[in-house]
Amino acid sequence: MNAPVRAALMVTCLGDMFFPEVGVSVTRLLRRLGVTVDFPQGQTCCGQPLFNSGYHAGATRVAARTVEVFRDAEHVVVPSGSCAYMVRHEYPALLRDTPARAEAERLAGRTYELSQFLVRVLGKTRFKASVSGRVTYHDSCHLLRGLHESEAPRILLKNLEGAELVELPGGDECCGFGGSFSVRLPEVSSQILDKKIRNIEATGAACVVACDSGCLMQMGGGLGRRRSKVRPLHLAELLAGDER
Amino acid sequence: MSETDLSVPFRRRAGSALGDKHLQEALTIATTKFIGLRRDAFDEFPEGERLRDLAREIKEATLQHLHRYVEQLIDSVERLGGHVHYATTPEEARRVVLDIAARTGARMAVKSKSMASEEIHLNEALEAAGVIPIETDLGEYIIQLAHERPSHIIAPAIHKTKGQVADLFAKELKRQVAADPEELTRIARVELRQKFLEADLGITGANFAVADTGTVVLVTNEGNGRMVTSLPRVHVAVMGVEKVVPSMTDLMVFLQILAKSATGQKLSVYTTLVRGPRRPGELEGPDEFHLVLLDNGRIRQIAGPLREALYCLRCGACLNVCPVYRQIGGHAYGYTYPGPIGILLTAMLEGPGSVKDLAHASSLCGACADACPVRIDIPKMLVELRREIHEARIAPWTERLAYGLMEKVLASPSLYRWSKPLARLLQRPFARDGRIRSVPLAFTEWTRTRDLPALAPQTFHEQWPTLK
Repeated sequence: MNAPVRAALMVTCLGDMFFPEVGVSVTRLLRRLGVTVDFPQGQTCCGQPLFNSGYHAGATRVAARTVEVFRDAEHVVVPSGSCAYMVRHEYPALLRDTPARAEAERLAGRTYELSQFLVRVLGKTRFKASVSGRVTYHDSCHLLRGLHESEAPRILLKNLEGAELVELPGGDECCGFGGSFSVRLPEVSSQILDKKIRNIEATGAACVVACDSGCLMQMGGGLGRRRSKVRPLHLAELLAGDER
Repeated sequence: MSETDLSVPFRRRAGSALGDKHLQEALTIATTKFIGLRRDAFDEFPEGERLRDLAREIKEATLQHLHRYVEQLIDSVERLGGHVHYATTPEEARRVVLDIAARTGARMAVKSKSMASEEIHLNEALEAAGVIPIETDLGEYIIQLAHERPSHIIAPAIHKTKGQVADLFAKELKRQVAADPEELTRIARVELRQKFLEADLGITGANFAVADTGTVVLVTNEGNGRMVTSLPRVHVAVMGVEKVVPSMTDLMVFLQILAKSATGQKLSVYTTLVRGPRRPGELEGPDEFHLVLLDNGRIRQIAGPLREALYCLRCGACLNVCPVYRQIGGHAYGYTYPGPIGILLTAMLEGPGSVKDLAHASSLCGACADACPVRIDIPKMLVELRREIHEARIAPWTERLAYGLMEKVLASPSLYRWSKPLARLLQRPFARDGRIRSVPLAFTEWTRTRDLPALAPQTFHEQWPTLK
């Protein structure tokens, strides 16, 4: 790598509070690839929980703050498809009639979900797996249908040394999380999850990989309750072995 | 007719559906089949994506000048000797049909499948006026026998297993039959044949109406649409006013994607084009033809936030792929139109207050927008409805308080920082080995079936300094 790349980590609220190991893995992974990683201290959450529930004034305030916090970042890397989608697609619309509009559009253009950053910006596709054996992959809805990205994670997973990717039947179907949806309609959410877990277990994989902490919270919560042997794993954790 | 009881909260209606074994079996089989058939149909049709874009553009352009196309349609139909009625409300639409029935002395009406007629509750009105309505689409026939409402836009009896249909036929038609779809269809066909010949009135919906030719288009699979439009003396088509398309060329675009989206067929078995009443020298067709154009809140939405929902072709693809619909089926939604598009249409027809719970019956997974032949951005409008509902302050105060608090915390890095030690303190009685298996308040139900992760001993913010 010639000119050193600089990237700011948007760790996300779930990543910060519940899955800090994901942020640690991203930091290690990027540093190993020669990227200078910044962590802007003022960050909290992208505001998606407010936005999705219709609390748009609040979401706009949070979005304007986030835009300000990441103003100086060269690239912004987000280990979550839905938060990356929020910044890339909803921020410019939310802040359209505010002074932060131009800055929001600039941020949207520099923000990448992790797998996209690795493959499409850095051009890095070959990693060593931190676990061995079969892994399966759940397409997070916002990464797949929001950012239209199904390739980048698969390129990384197929090239993994030490792990074998088996496709998940119905892998493109929602896990039933949906943020507040899982709280408002817990029974429906749980039944959607049941089906997802049956599919995961049928693959015989040792872990289910995803690029979104929300899905991992839902699938991990269900797997944990069932005392399943299948481990939920964020892509970053799987890749944090050595680069080949 | 059994209606979904709207006094039961949506969450409980959904809960009953989740526990209904027959419903679960029927839904899984049918939606899985539909999804596969649709995928295969578009995989084999490389120009499909371009046609979807084109179809969307046609819908958009038509709505821009809807009044002009509606006037053109009215002229065209009248030139063919037909009559056009414009109904602003369901009451007006019912009145138009009942007046036609009374004037022509109709005693029995055969119907081909029509969601617009469901929307205006036409069958009950006909019965009350002494006109016997007979549904002739097999699915509609089944649910009419069962005194139910359609639970899917194109597959009204999708919630029933073949075993249940056999039991229903045994009870209502007084005959023992095997749970064999072919045998069941044969019985229904025999029952219906006589009705086609007896009926005075044929009532249909319309998938499209072509403005410059006055052609009303019916897309069916059973041929009943043809019988309904050609055998009775009078044909009445009831159609949402937004379904007008400018020309036959435009129609061809929609016909190429409609059946593929709905059932995975290249084309449906019958595409019936009706132009006015029978003309001198023609062998079949009705003496009278009426087209009822139904507004019912649609026109207002041309300039409203739900405008895109007016593009809908009623193919049902968004229902089949929706993880919520696939678990709870159509009746739990409680209104004429179920599923993701149904929530938008319900808000359009009944006002946003009617969907204060339904607007949240989506994980916003986007599968609906992906499957929609005209790419209606359903999740975006659901979020928009949620915004309206929030701003109308009809959400419970506890919810508004919680979100207000959330906003305060997320908008302030220092509050955000200090909320964490507080949360750690609060979770102490519930967390074990990094997991919470049971917790009070809003997350009680969450933890009934799933573990919640506990707040990490050290958040990423707290770990960052050591990572340097």
